[in-house]
Amino acid sequence: MDMQERIRGIIAKIAKREVTIGPDESLFDSGVLDSFALIDMVGLMEHEFQVKIPDSDLNPRKLSSISRIESYLETLK
Amino acid sequence: MAFLRAFGRYLPARVVSNVEIGAHLGVEPSWIEQVSGIVERRFAADDETAVDMAERAALHCLQSAGAPAGDIGMLIMASGTGARRFPGPAAVVSHRLGLAGVPALDLPIASAGSIFGLCLAAQLTPSHGNVLVVAAEKLSEVILRQPVEPGTAALFGDGAGACLVSTSGGTAEILSCTMHSDGAFAEDLRLDFGGPVVMNGRSVILQASRKIPRCILQVLEQTEIPPGRVGAFILHQANRNLLDAVSRALGVPPDRFYCNIQRYGNTSSASMLIAASEWSETAGSRSGEPLVFAGFGAGFHWGALVAVGVPA
Repeated sequence: MDMQERIRGIIAKIAKREVTIGPDESLFDSGVLDSFALIDMVGLMEHEFQVKIPDSDLNPRKLSSISRIESYLETLK
Repeated sequence: MAFLRAFGRYLPARVVSNVEIGAHLGVEPSWIEQVSGIVERRFAADDETAVDMAERAALHCLQSAGAPAGDIGMLIMASGTGARRFPGPAAVVSHRLGLAGVPALDLPIASAGSIFGLCLAAQLTPSHGNVLVVAAEKLSEVILRQPVEPGTAALFGDGAGACLVSTSGGTAEILSCTMHSDGAFAEDLRLDFGGPVVMNGRSVILQASRKIPRCILQVLEQTEIPPGRVGAFILHQANRNLLDAVSRALGVPPDRFYCNIQRYGNTSSASMLIAASEWSETAGSRSGEPLVFAGFGAGFHWGALVAVGVPA
């Protein structure tokens, strides 16, 4: 499974529904995630990808779409 | 040693429902409650200032403590909505209380003002005697400034809270406290001169949901108290959903978190002390039972304090 699909799976788990939006669409504007779901998504991403996201990187813009999340996670490798 | 001796509060009389503010801002009343837990808030009268509300809360606190104003050795005043650049409200509140010559310090840091005030008071009471911490906000005066951000403006209300910190006994002994700041996020929650409250809600929630549990765990670890032993968590009342997120992060049932946000909205620096005042009259501290206070706000500034109830 590629990284985008893994990210999509995490988001679907948080949103409790299938996530069909495109990789560049906003997770917020599309209504998939709200501010509080974002907290849970960060926690699950840290677990799934075995990374620690520092507070300084907790910027909603970095986490606003599947492709942006992927780009950000690539920087942690 | 430092003790939490008594709390006080003042809420203005005018109740503003979600229906009323929602109609004014063009947002659904049910949406406000869903995203925040807020049902109504209080707005001060046009001629009622943050200083007026601070004075009322201070007098209520002194009455609860059974202490005259002359017993106060220092005043710490938290407010993000002072009426001018300087002098801040501390000097005027001090004058109203008849505290000539007593040092009066302003903490213009908004929502974390109460927790910073309590932490500073715990450090200063051995040298200054009784320290009165007061927090007051008149947010109704600033949230409707142009350009109005309806989703932000709907969250705030007015009010004041107070706490007397003393070396000579009280209802709970302060065991440990911590304060933190990080200016990297200063633009994400701010009140510029002449402007409305500006808030990047997602950033605030993300940071607060991490930093609040972390600083609470810090003071609990320092005192070797597991979160499950804490009898009451009295936090800045920013958002019901945030309180629930903190409770999940700590593994503590949400009913341990005192919550009155449904009635008053977010009163910034005042909210934690208003909550503490209500809590002290309903539940109150029990001998040997740990209590946690915590706050987070613009800056970002955040902090926590742990105390333990002492025998009556």
